[in-house]
Amino acid sequence: MFDRKFVQYFDWGLLGLAIVLGGLGLTTLYSVVTADPMTLEKTLYFKQMTWFCGGLVLMVITCSFNYKLLDRYAFAVYIVCLATLVAVLLFGKYAGGSKRWLVLGPVSVQPSEMAKLAIIIVLARYYSKNAYTRGFTLRDLFIPAVLVLVPAFLIIKQPDLGTALLLAIIAGSMTLFVKIEKRSLLSLMIAGLLAVPMVWFVLKEYQKQRILTFLNPDRDPLGAGYHIIQSKIAIGSGMLVGKGYLKGTQNALSFLPEQHTDFIFSVFAEEWGFVGCAILVLVFLLLIVWGLNVAYSCRDPFGNILAVGISAMIFWQVFVNIGMVMGLMPVVGVPLPFISYGGSSIATMMVSIGLLINVSMRRFTLE
Amino acid sequence: MEKYLKTADTDWYKQRIIGVILVVVTCMTVLFVRLFFLQVIKGQEYRRLSENNSIRLQRIEPFRGIIFDRNGKMLVDNRPSYDLSIIPRDAKPVDETLARLSTYIKVPVEELNEQIKSRKGALSYKPVPLIQDIGRDHLALVEVHRYDLPGIDVNVKPLRHYLNHQSASHLLGYLGEISPRELNSGRYVDLRSGDLIGKNGIEKVFDNYLRGKSGGRQVEVNATGQVVKVLDTVPAAPGYNIFLTIDSNLQKKTEELLEGVTGAAVAVEPSTGQILALVSSPTFDQNVFVSGLSHEQWQEFISDPTKPLTNRAVQGEYPPASTYKILTAIAGLEEGVIDEKTVFCCPGSYRFRGRNYRCWKRGGHGCLNVVQAIAQSCDVFFYQVGLAVGVDRLAWYAKAAGFGAPTGIDLAHEAKGLIPTAAWKKRRTGVEWQEGETLSIAIGQGFNLVTPLQMAVMTAAIANGGKRYRPQILMNVESADGRTVKAVDPVVTGRLPISAKNLAIVQKGLREVVNGKRGTAKGARLFDLPISGKTGTAQVVGRKEEEVEDPPPTPDHLKDHAWFVAFAPSDEPKIAIAVVVEHGEHGSGAGAPIAREMIKTYLLRDRLNPGPPLVAEHKLVGSNRE
Repeated sequence: MFDRKFVQYFDWGLLGLAIVLGGLGLTTLYSVVTADPMTLEKTLYFKQMTWFCGGLVLMVITCSFNYKLLDRYAFAVYIVCLATLVAVLLFGKYAGGSKRWLVLGPVSVQPSEMAKLAIIIVLARYYSKNAYTRGFTLRDLFIPAVLVLVPAFLIIKQPDLGTALLLAIIAGSMTLFVKIEKRSLLSLMIAGLLAVPMVWFVLKEYQKQRILTFLNPDRDPLGAGYHIIQSKIAIGSGMLVGKGYLKGTQNALSFLPEQHTDFIFSVFAEEWGFVGCAILVLVFLLLIVWGLNVAYSCRDPFGNILAVGISAMIFWQVFVNIGMVMGLMPVVGVPLPFISYGGSSIATMMVSIGLLINVSMRRFTLE
Repeated sequence: MEKYLKTADTDWYKQRIIGVILVVVTCMTVLFVRLFFLQVIKGQEYRRLSENNSIRLQRIEPFRGIIFDRNGKMLVDNRPSYDLSIIPRDAKPVDETLARLSTYIKVPVEELNEQIKSRKGALSYKPVPLIQDIGRDHLALVEVHRYDLPGIDVNVKPLRHYLNHQSASHLLGYLGEISPRELNSGRYVDLRSGDLIGKNGIEKVFDNYLRGKSGGRQVEVNATGQVVKVLDTVPAAPGYNIFLTIDSNLQKKTEELLEGVTGAAVAVEPSTGQILALVSSPTFDQNVFVSGLSHEQWQEFISDPTKPLTNRAVQGEYPPASTYKILTAIAGLEEGVIDEKTVFCCPGSYRFRGRNYRCWKRGGHGCLNVVQAIAQSCDVFFYQVGLAVGVDRLAWYAKAAGFGAPTGIDLAHEAKGLIPTAAWKKRRTGVEWQEGETLSIAIGQGFNLVTPLQMAVMTAAIANGGKRYRPQILMNVESADGRTVKAVDPVVTGRLPISAKNLAIVQKGLREVVNGKRGTAKGARLFDLPISGKTGTAQVVGRKEEEVEDPPPTPDHLKDHAWFVAFAPSDEPKIAIAVVVEHGEHGSGAGAPIAREMIKTYLLRDRLNPGPPLVAEHKLVGSNRE
C-alpha cells in the first residue's frame, strides 16, 4: 500500500499550510487565555494542542487509504453521520442553550462538524455519477436536496442555525459547480424570490424581529450589535501593524464575546494589525486555491468534486467568519478554520486536508 | 434523450474550476478592502475608542409588576434603591477615593475595601458593587461630591416594597437571588447571577408575569468613566401588574384575629372559588427578605418551633375532626343508610365489639335525627352511620369532595392530606383494617388529614349547591399601560355526589349548628345575618377509652386543635370559611368567633361606610329565618 510513489507525490505544500495555520491558531489562543484568566482556563490551550496533534494523526490515516473507497462507501458514511446527529438530539450534552455535543469518555465531539464532510462525500458521489454538461434539472436535484435537508433539519433542531446554513451553502456551491440546467436555475431563482414575501407574511412578529436583527445587528444594541461594535473596535484599533502580541486590550476584558471561538479573528487583528491580517487572509486564499488546484489536476470526477467541496467548505467558513466579525455579515456561529478553539472543528479541518492530500497524491494513478 | 447528452469530462471540470477560482479571489478581495477600511482608514478612531474601552453597556432594570387586591388596593409596589459601585480602573487612586467616599456615607473604609478584595482578579473595567440601598441623605452628599469621586457609580434599582408589613406574607411570598441551578435550568434566559426572582408565594408562581424584561444603554464614557454620549437605548419592559382575588380588608382583619395564635384561616367566595383571604399564623415580614437575609436571620426562621415560614393554610395537615361529620352525613344519606327521619339514640357512648366508644357529651344526646346530630355533633350517631357505610365508601365520598388530593391552587408546596382506605392501611402498615377504626374515621379522627384550604373548598361546595371550584387566587393580569393580558375564569373541578334534597338536609343541620337551640356554635351567631357552620375538635393525643375522673390539666402543646367551617348568609352564601387554631381546644370557643368576625367584616362592612345597601338584603334574609 505504501509504495515510494506516494511519498514522492505527497503534497507537502498542503501539510505545510495546515501546520502554519494551526500554529497561528494556537498562538492566538494562547494570547486569549492568558489575557482573560477570569473566564477562560489555560487548559483550553493544552486541550486545543492535543486536538491539533490528534488531528495530524487523523490526517495521516485519512491519506493512507485510496479515497476511491469513499466513493464506494459514501452512503455508509452518510448513514453513520445521520445516526450520530440523531444520537446528539437524544443523548447529547446540553450547554449554553443547545445540544451539540456527544460525550465519549474524556472527549466531547460535535457531530455537526463531521456532517459537513459527510455531505460533501455523498454529494460528490451522486454528482460524479450523474453529471452531464447540460447540467442538472430540477428533477435530478430532488435526491441531493433530500440528502442535504435531512441532516440540516437535525442540526437546526439542536439548535445550531450557523452550521445548518453553512451546510446548505456548501451543498449549493457544489451543485452550482456541477451546473444546474439553465431553465431549472431560472425557475429556482423565481421560486426563491416569490417565496420570500410569502414566508414573511406567515412569520410571527417576534420571528420577523429575529430575522431583521440577524440581517442587521445594529437593531440589537445590547446583544449582537454591541458585540459587532466591540469587534470592530478591536480590529480597527490594530491599525497598520497591530498593538503587538499579547498586548491587545479589547480581548483582555471580555468586551468581545466568544473571543476564543467565533470572534478569535478580532483578537488576532488587534494584535497583528493590517499586515498580520493580510498575511493570514492570503494564507487562507493560498490554501483554498491549492485545494482547487488539486481538483483541477484530478482526472477522476469523484475526486474532482470532492476537492471542490472541501475547498468550498474552507472558503465559506473563512469568508463568513471574517465577514461577520468585521460587520459585513449577519452574526452566525461559524468557526474560523484552524484558528477558532474547538476540537471537532480542528479535527474536521485536518481530516479535510488529509482528503485533499489523498486526492492530490493519487492524481497520477489510473485504474 | 439522455443518451444524446454530453457526459462531463475532465476538461469540462477544469473550465469550471477556473470560474470558481475567480469567484473566490473576488470575495477575498472584499475582505481585504474591508480590513483596509477598518484598520488603516478608520484605524485612528477605533484606536481612540479602544484606549478607555469607552463603549460600554449599562443595564436598565425593569420595574417588577405591582400586586393589587380584588378592589384595586395596592399590596406590593417598588421603591428606588440607590446602590454604589466602583470601577477600579476609573477610580484611581482607589484608596483616596474610597477614603473620601467613606466619610460621606459613614461606612468604614475597611468594609468598602473588603468588597473590592472579594473580587480580586476581576477585570478592572467591571463595576464592583460597594454598598446597596444608601439613604437619600447619603445619596445627596455623594451627588454633590461627584467630581471628588471618580469611578464611583450610583445605580438606581427598583426594590420590592411590601406596603403592609407582615400582611399576607405567606401568600405574597418574597424575592431572592437566582441560584446557579435556576440559572442553568434554561427557564430564565434573560437573567444573570445576582438577579432577583420570586422564591415563594405569588412572587414565585407568577414570576413570569411580574418580572418584566431588562433593557440597556450603549454609552461612550471618558477616561474617568463618566458617560459622554448615549449611543443607543433599549428601554426596559416593566412587568405585568396582577390583581389577586384577595379582599385586603378581610385579609387584614383575619390576620388580626389570628394574631398570637398558631393556625390558619381561608375564606372563599362560594360562587366562584375565588380566595378572599388566606392567612397563616404566625407570620413574618417579607421586607426583611428584600435587601437579602443574613445567615443568622435565616437560621432563626428555620429553627423557630412555630415555623413562621410555613403556609399552614395550604401546607398544614390536620385531622378534620367533627367538621368531617358533614361528609359522613352526605355518605349516609346518599348510600341510603339513613334518611331525614332516621333516629339513633345516644346514651353517651357506643358499644362495639366489646369496647366502649365515647360520645364527647358524657351524659348523652338522647335520640336525634341527622339534622339534630349535625347541630349537636353527636359522635354516637355518626359512629353508626360510618359503620354502615364502611371505610372505603367513606373514602370515596371524601375524594369526591376534594380531600386526599391537592386543590390545584396556584401556590407551591400544596399538601394533599390523607384519606385512608382499607387497602391503604394494609399497604402502609401490613395490618388489616379494624372495623373499630371506621368509627374514628366517621368522626374525622384516626388517619384522616386535611388542609384548611381543602376544608374551605368543600364548605364552599356545600354552600353553593354542590359545585367544587378550583381555588382561584389570580383575578387578572394587566400590562403596565392597563391592557388586560389575562383574565382568569372560575374552573369547576368536580361536584359533590349529593342530591339537592339531601344537600338541603345537610345545610339545614349546619344552620342549626349556629342558630339551633342546642347548636354547638351558638357563639358564632350574628344578630341579623344567618350563618351556617360546623365545629371540630381535633385530638392531638388519642382519647382514652376508660375515662379518668378529674383528668390533670393538659399542657398547651397537647391541647386539641380547634376547627370551624362556616358559610354565610345561609340562604345566599357569599363567603365560605375554614379556620383552624392549633391547640385551641374547642372549635366553638377558638374557631367560631374568628369566623364570625370574618363574616362580619366581609358582609357588613358597608354598614360602617355607606355604600350599596347590602344591609337591606340581610334584613330580608333575617325575616325568613322565623
